[in-house]
This record gives sequence, C-alpha cells and structure tokens, in this order.
Amino acid sequence: MSQIQTWTLVFIVASFSVYLYIAWRSRVKETAGFYVAGQGIPTIANGAAVAADWMSAASFISMAGLIAFLGSDGTIYLMGWTGGYVLLALLIAPYLRKWGKFTVPEFVGDRYSETVRTIAAVAAIIISFTYVVGQMRGGGIVFSRFLKLDVTGGVILAAVIIGLYAVLGGMKGITWTQVAQYTVLITAYLIPAVAVAQQMTGIPIPQVSFGQILSELDAISVEMGLNQYTEAFAARPQIDVFLVTMALMIGTAGLPHVIVRFYTTKSVRGARYSAFWALFFIALLYTTAPAVGAFTKLNLLQDVNGISANALPSWIENWAATGLVTVNDGAQTINTVSNSPTSGADLIVNNDILVLASPEIAGLPAPIVGLVAAGGMAAAMSTAAGLLLVISSSFSHDLYFRRVKRDSTDKQRLLAGRIAMGLAVLIAIYAGINPPAFVAQVVAFAFGLAASTFFPAIVLGIFWKRCNATGAAAGMVSGLVFTATYMIYTLPVFGTAANPHILDISPEGIGTIGAIVNFVVTIVVSKMTAPPPDEIVEMVENIRYPAARREVTAGNVADAT
Amino acid sequence: MTEVTPDKETRGGEPPPSSPPPAAPPDNGWRKEYWSRNLRLMVILLTVWFIVSFGFGIILVEPLNEIVIAGFPLGFWFAQQGSIYVFVILILVYAKMMDRLDNQFGVGEQENQEAGK
Repeated sequence: MSQIQTWTLVFIVASFSVYLYIAWRSRVKETAGFYVAGQGIPTIANGAAVAADWMSAASFISMAGLIAFLGSDGTIYLMGWTGGYVLLALLIAPYLRKWGKFTVPEFVGDRYSETVRTIAAVAAIIISFTYVVGQMRGGGIVFSRFLKLDVTGGVILAAVIIGLYAVLGGMKGITWTQVAQYTVLITAYLIPAVAVAQQMTGIPIPQVSFGQILSELDAISVEMGLNQYTEAFAARPQIDVFLVTMALMIGTAGLPHVIVRFYTTKSVRGARYSAFWALFFIALLYTTAPAVGAFTKLNLLQDVNGISANALPSWIENWAATGLVTVNDGAQTINTVSNSPTSGADLIVNNDILVLASPEIAGLPAPIVGLVAAGGMAAAMSTAAGLLLVISSSFSHDLYFRRVKRDSTDKQRLLAGRIAMGLAVLIAIYAGINPPAFVAQVVAFAFGLAASTFFPAIVLGIFWKRCNATGAAAGMVSGLVFTATYMIYTLPVFGTAANPHILDISPEGIGTIGAIVNFVVTIVVSKMTAPPPDEIVEMVENIRYPAARREVTAGNVADAT
Repeated sequence: MTEVTPDKETRGGEPPPSSPPPAAPPDNGWRKEYWSRNLRLMVILLTVWFIVSFGFGIILVEPLNEIVIAGFPLGFWFAQQGSIYVFVILILVYAKMMDRLDNQFGVGEQENQEAGK
C-alpha cells in the first residue's frame, strides 16, 4: 500500500467514524425531527449545513477543473451557483420559513391545490434523483483512485454509510453530520490551495495571488493549442453565458433540497441569517476554486510541455489507471493538452480529476493528498444525504400520505419516511454504478428543471396573491415539458440523437427560457380563471410578516383568518 | 449538543410582546407600509445584484478587461471574484435592514418562542 493510500484510508476512516457518531447522538423519534430537525437548528450551524448540502461532488471535484478548461467562461458556475442565494434570501427563504411545514411540495400544495402538490412532488423526486447520480459518481471516483477499490465497491460503501445516518437521524442527523462534513471539506480544499499559492507566488491567499500568474497562463495556453485563459466567451457565446448563469441562479433558488434547509431554522430572522452564513461559507470555496483552477492548469501545462511521452511525471501514471488521463498513442513529446477525448491532443485530462490531483501535480506531501480525498467524499456524501431526504419526504409525505393513506399515526409516517429513504439509497447505488455524462453537467440539468418548475411557482405564490391553482399547474407543466424537451432534443445522453443548439442556447441555459415560459403561462392562465379563495389570500398575506403585530404567539396569526 | 437553546436569560424579565409603536394605525395601514418598504429594499438590492453579476461580469466584461489590476483583468475579476463578494454583502445588508424594519413595525420575533410552539 502506497503512502497516499495509507493516508487516504486514515482520513476516510476517521471522518466516517465522526459522521456515524454524530448520527447516533442525534437519532430521532418523531416526524418533525425527521423532516425539519424540530426547527431547532442554530443559525450558523444551519448555514454550514446548507453549505455542505449545497457544495456537492460537482463543486468540490469538478468545478475547478471545469474552470481550468473553460477559462474566463467558468464564470457561469461561479456566479451561477452563488448568485442564486441572493434570490433565495430575498424572495423565498424567510417567507417559506414563516409558513413553516415540512416540504416544498407541501407549500405549493397548501398555496394552490392537491394537483399542484402532486406535480411538485414528482418534480422534486426527478430533480433530486438527477442530482444524486452525480454525487454517487463523484464518490466512486475518489474511491477508485485512492483506495484502488472498483467504482462499484466505492459507491456501495459510500451509500451504506449515508443510508445509516440518514435513516437513523433524518434531517436532524443529516444536519449535524453536514456541519462536520463542511469542516472536513473546506479544510481539505483550502490547505492545498494555500500551499500551492504560497509555492507559486509567495502570497498564501489564493484569491489575491492568482492574478499574478494569469498572463503567464494566457501565454502557455495559447502555445499548447488552448484558448487564452482570460478571454471572455471563448468557450461559449455571450448569450449562452448569460442564460446559463441565470438558469443556475434561479435553479439554485428553486432546488427543493436547498429550500427545505430554511425550514429547519428557529425563526424567520434565523432563515435570513442562515442564508447569509450559507453563502459566506460557500464563498470561501467558490472564491478559491478559480485560483485552484488557474494554478493547477499552469502547473500541469508546465509539467508536461515539451516532455517526452516516456518521461512524464508520476501523477499521470497514477491517474491513467482510472482512465481519466490518457496519453495519445502516437505522441512522442507532449505539445498539446485538452479535456476533450475527441480533440486528438497529445495529452487528454478529464475535468473531474483536477482538484483531486492538484496536490500531486504540485508535489505536496501524501497526508494532504489523503485529506483531499476525504474532502471529496464529504462533499459527495453531504449532498447525497440532503437529496435522499427530499426524495423520501416527497414520496412518503407528499405522495403516499396525501394520495393513499391519509389517516396515519406519527409512528407510521416516520416508518414510511425511513422505508422511502432506504429505497432511495438502493436506487442511488444503481445510478452511481451506471452513471451518465460528466458530474457537473448532470447536475446542471437538475438546475434547469428546478428553474423552470419550482422557482416561478414559489415566487408568484408569495408575491402575487391573484395567482391561482390552475395557473400554477399549467405553468409548472409547461415549464417542465418545454425544458425537458429541449434537453432531450440537444443531448445524446437520453438515447436520442444530439441536434444542434437553436440560437446558440445550450441545454444548460434553457432553464432560463423555461422559467420565463412558466411565468408567462402562470400569469395568463391565472388571469383567465377565477381568483383564489379568500383563505388562500389571507395565508399569503400572513407569511409576509415575521410575527403578529402585538401578541407574538403563532396562534394569533391563525386566528386572524 | 443538539438541544441548543438561545441565550435569552438576560432578557427574561421583559414581557414577550414587543411594545407597540406609538402610532398604531388601523390594521391594513401598517401592513401596506411594511410590505412596500420591504419591496423597495428588495428591488434596490436586486438591482445591485444584476448590475454587478450580469452587468460587469457578462455584458461589460470585454471593455472592463482592458483595465488590469494586480494581474486581474477587471471584467474577469468581477466575474470570478468580485460578484461573489458582493452577493455575500447583499444578503447581510438585507438581513440587517429587515431586522430594523421588523422592529420598527413591531413584528420581530422572540426566537425561542417560535422554536417552542
């Protein structure tokens, strides 16, 4: 066993034991604890949990690599995956917390109708499932490289651990585990980034110092057949950059597993500050990622430029075993590098390995490499756990108990939640072993769907009292169908032929148009049909104020109707 | 560790309801006023959000890239760093301003009562 493997094993075993210990400490016995952690999570802890829930395998493993190869256009992920929190904090989180129940479909169900609730529950399951696939695949990559397990074994191991603490502790267990996972993942991300920044520029703050290498990186990129790093719109046209960024932002604000996190805070005020802490914790990683991308790419290019194919650095051989790095057969010396397998470049590097390989590429010691592996696992597991909870709650709470068995005891509900969670874990294992496409791209589709279904329905539900059930149902269905149709039309992953993009709009960006379609259809149909009943209007009125005016008790708010 | 109760001991003596502000208009007056102030704040903050991210980071990125500070072309810096800092600040400003608004209108919550209901 190599030194790297030993250290990886040490860090993974240590961090996994911590997660299981926390889960045991916070196991729950009633449904409110299972779904919303009894609404008793302190603000900063909730912020850290949101951040861990949010930052998936895609953020941790793939994003810096994607940015490294997209260059300036990597901005779609950086702004897209952070800007949505502004929308979430200002437009959604405080209001849904005031309304305060268990799930996102439940809000639209109460606000509109049972039909809309069912549509929302199905959409939540589809979105979360798409997303969980990426996490399982990310976990598999970590295991296959660092522990020499095959991907199947790695996925099963990760899923069993997640299953244990999620089924045992529900939202409460997940939340406190995520706080620990955030700590692991941010440490694992920052330590190598700071070390590399110090090594290459003498300034240990990557956010500040990567400016110094940009001109050098521009030059060597051009020399090796890539685009100039800082040139805007080299990888995507401007209109597409705009639309993808917007789709990721409104998708973020509409993702059920993110919104539901704000139900767990103690108050409306707590929801607002949780959003702040969440984005603060996320920004620590997101402002570091472009620096990691730039540093690693420069290191990588300098490592291999003009080197003969049999004298390449050892990390290439280590990663070649996973099939994620390939040296072109005919290449004598490395003169061109690409991330695209069909480019014919001398060296082909998959986006997904850049962060995991960056300590090796920079020649950092083995314990740091092991720590990064544990961080990657933490990122994948924390997000997967949050998603599994949404799948389980949408299924048991919003479909089964609403549609099939309405008179059930608390105990039965808890049991059904746990069974649904167990099934979700099994499906996730299957999906992780047979994954489609790149990790970050798979995730981008989930955003398109969330953007085009949930975001308009929730925002109009809060800000427009006249919005009614027929309008919302028509809007959600047309947004979903429109977006999914375009994705199937342009992407080969669904088993259909890939058609060219219309008007330069990529499938990742179509969610923006889908959301507009949803808004327009909802408004037009609402206007054409009868206004919602008075008690709904009163409910919308009430979620707009954090507490009743003099008497603070919640009972008063209900009495007002 | 999970049963964290916010430290409210220092305020224990206070009556739980916040004291009503002197000018208590008929019910809907204050509601409209509160809501329109909330909306105004929201629109201002979202305008900043849009200008910094979509404006500086995407629409104007090429002209701004002509200016280089500490090695960063300015448009590139806004797109990959600056906008994220601004987002964090915007949410903090929103939370602080809403605290003030809630207190002005006497609709702020006492945190542990919400949790205990």
